[in-house]
Amino acid sequence: MRVSITVNGEPCTREVEARLLLVHFLRDELGLTGTHWGCDTSNCGACVVLYDGEPVKSCTVLAAMADGHEVRTVEDLERDGVLDPVQQGFIECHGLQCGFCTPGMLMSARALLDRDPHPTDHAVREAISGQICRCTGYATIVRSVQWAAEHQDETA
Amino acid sequence: MTTEVRGHGRMLRKEDRRFVRGKGRYCDDIQLPGMLHLAVLRSPVAHARVVRVDTTAAEAHPKVRAVVTGAMLAERGLAWMPTLSGDVQAVLATDKVRFQGQEVAFVVADDRYAARDALELIDVEYDVLPPVVDVRHALDADAPLIRDDVQGKTDNHCFDWETGDAEATRRVFETAEVVVEQELVFPRVHPAPLETCGAVADYDRIEEKLTLWCTTQAPHAHRTLYADFAGIPEHRIRVVSPDIGGGFGNKVPIYPAYICTIVGSMLTGRPVKWAEDRTENLTAGAFARDYVMTGEIAATRDGRILAVRSHVLADHGAFNGTAAPMRFPGGFFGVFTGSYDLEAAYCSMTAVHTNKAPGGVAYACSFRIAEAVYLVERLVDLLADELGRDPVDLRLQNFIRPEQFPYTSRTGWVYDSGDYEAAMREALRIAGYDELRREQSERRSTGELMGIGVSFFTEAVGAGPRETMDMAGLGMADGCEVRIHPSGKAVVRISVQTQGQGHETTFAQIVAEEIGIHPDDIDVVHGDTDNTPYGLGTYGSRSTPVSGAAAVLATRKVRDKARLLAAHMLEVAPEDLDWERGVFSVRGVPEARVTIQQVARRAHGPGDLPEGLEGGLDAQITYSPSNLTYPFGAYICVVDVDPGTATVKVRRFVAVDDCGTRINEMIVEGQIQGGLTDGVGIALMEIVSFDEQGNCLNASLMDYLIPTALEVPDWENGKTVTPAPHHPIGAKGVGESATVGSPPAVVNAVIDALEPFGVRHVDMPLTPSRVWEAMRGNGRPPY
Repeated sequence: MRVSITVNGEPCTREVEARLLLVHFLRDELGLTGTHWGCDTSNCGACVVLYDGEPVKSCTVLAAMADGHEVRTVEDLERDGVLDPVQQGFIECHGLQCGFCTPGMLMSARALLDRDPHPTDHAVREAISGQICRCTGYATIVRSVQWAAEHQDETA
Repeated sequence: MTTEVRGHGRMLRKEDRRFVRGKGRYCDDIQLPGMLHLAVLRSPVAHARVVRVDTTAAEAHPKVRAVVTGAMLAERGLAWMPTLSGDVQAVLATDKVRFQGQEVAFVVADDRYAARDALELIDVEYDVLPPVVDVRHALDADAPLIRDDVQGKTDNHCFDWETGDAEATRRVFETAEVVVEQELVFPRVHPAPLETCGAVADYDRIEEKLTLWCTTQAPHAHRTLYADFAGIPEHRIRVVSPDIGGGFGNKVPIYPAYICTIVGSMLTGRPVKWAEDRTENLTAGAFARDYVMTGEIAATRDGRILAVRSHVLADHGAFNGTAAPMRFPGGFFGVFTGSYDLEAAYCSMTAVHTNKAPGGVAYACSFRIAEAVYLVERLVDLLADELGRDPVDLRLQNFIRPEQFPYTSRTGWVYDSGDYEAAMREALRIAGYDELRREQSERRSTGELMGIGVSFFTEAVGAGPRETMDMAGLGMADGCEVRIHPSGKAVVRISVQTQGQGHETTFAQIVAEEIGIHPDDIDVVHGDTDNTPYGLGTYGSRSTPVSGAAAVLATRKVRDKARLLAAHMLEVAPEDLDWERGVFSVRGVPEARVTIQQVARRAHGPGDLPEGLEGGLDAQITYSPSNLTYPFGAYICVVDVDPGTATVKVRRFVAVDDCGTRINEMIVEGQIQGGLTDGVGIALMEIVSFDEQGNCLNASLMDYLIPTALEVPDWENGKTVTPAPHHPIGAKGVGESATVGSPPAVVNAVIDALEPFGVRHVDMPLTPSRVWEAMRGNGRPPY
């Protein structure tokens, strides 16, 4: 079937199988491998992307369902050679180690700050609680998001 | 004047710039022209005879390029492969399946969905056999025989092992005033890295060369083992570890599917990718722990610990796939004497086969030290309870004292350095221990269940020495090559590789500190056997102790040569030069100086060289450590148990770690905080369990629980610094310290919280149901 999805501002039309998952559409059809896949059960959150601005797990969305919708991935965070504050925050505060959960964490963090520019630490933990990081122990991720909140105006 | 270049210290990570942009390159990100996809058919049952495998329908699938069974591999002599422990493991089942999830056949197809579709078309007839699930009954006379592939085998015995002095220990126990005994189950858990395993094999039939991108923590060792097993000449194999999404030991073994991927590429003449799914990872990938331990501790009435004795019943699953130094079948469990000065110690171990996945050493355990530390730290708490002593106080009384180092333990381990009391007191200070105890007593009076748990660990990490430690016949040493380019920029090639530990930063800092070139001007190459020196890889917290030492010594070799060149350039004797990071100057004439960059240019330039000296500015080292390094730490955990739901909340966690010299404080703390999270998960929620038929009950992340941001506190880290005397910069390994040290702190805290109920022990994981049962007086819940 034919699907047309706006990915990172670009309309993308492809002929796909009806069962194709959005995560595989992004990775295998478009070559956007920044969105990762980590489980089959929507538990790990490595595949989180923004779907019409809301964070969703792209392993739980069929490409067909995304027809006519807007999807934003980690590849779209950097603008004109300037990192999004959440990207810079993760670097500054050691919010990543192996980097595998990072794109999903960044997208959830971006969505959080878009609706709540100055979240409490608990709100940050809530926002990423559907995602797993095996490396950091989360405290540095919380600090990374807070760094972004504090520097939102400087780099945006 | 140039500013002095410092290597060590907090530095942001060089690798992060690609990861935050989604530009990491993990195994499943690799796309090659013409690449096919492989999927593995796995056994749905734990124990069965394979009667028939019919692949006709799968072969007829229009997108299928190859279907391979065990029988087909057997024709090529590839149906069985050696494990890292001297056992064999089926690549694809030929006679029987011996655990649920075991590999039975594989399909290579045009895309990943079609490969999965074709698996459904393979018809396997199984003659189901009774499985061995309960480790306690594996050696029963009527237990079904699992390993009938081994000639003459009549039972499920795997190996026996012992350490220490049984007779001396018996004498101490016979006369001891106080003896406390407890059975402790360290359940089967799984490292579950966020990235599952995978491989891309590309066999070039013309050059007869294999390139394998693979989720491996040990690319060089894997290359040798592939050469030995598959008969491909080693110089025609290139193994690449691309970016790895977490390893924790899960990516040390060679898995059957790696072999299948290689075979798939050789058969089809095209690149083949295998991407493991989460259920495969949890059911068939290397597990960890699974020890049933009986522990006894002997002491005087006034609290002097005299001896520890243990018997371990170890579940090794269907094949002995333990990844530990060959001469250490029980890993480094021998350090179960912990951080205490004892008169005697003894441990005996019986390992058995069950119808479960193979593995055994994985999940950041430092080769079974996690089990050892859990044993001794629970026993010390039980002893404190028996004697009515504060658990901190009892530990302080029995620590190995600073002046006793190097300390040879009763099981023969030579602890290199330590100041245990200092670390303990620092943890007490950060935690505000006395105040916590006061608060606890107040809360108890109102019915609240607050617990304070303490643990103290000593690890032995950074294997070799190669004389006594090897993996599958390969000595545990590691290499480093340092090459200074004419412009004074450098490249460092190391034999270990990162799965998130930050090697590209840390190793640049190690070299920068020694040679005075800024870390930004030093690139680190790792994880590619064609482009790095030989070495055994990253696991067991060995990168910094072994390859880190190699990096220091290789750089010093470069610096020694640079000194000869600088002396020649300044027309003085080499011994008349002072060295400040990056600059040689004539002693007493500081303005007569050359920088390392100027020396590098001269080393490659047209001018004459000192007699006997070659051009260039490179060096390579292979380092075998003279001893392991012994990091240690004091952990204090504060929990609140909900009296109504029995849910455990970790309120605070204080971790004081001593890993000797710290190269990058930020990275070290990151390693520790990740490990603490593992420890909370292991203590409270993680378990791989099985039903009576051997079905794995935790085959997805819905059922195998891992802490999220809501289950862990904001970590409180502290440190002391006791350098390793035999490491060139005094660094010790740290990657696994917190995973090893934290489970007993959490469990001790929960047991402390349950003191009003008279609870003496509960086996992990301390789920609400287990804690609830314990509060109701049922000590051993089912699992």
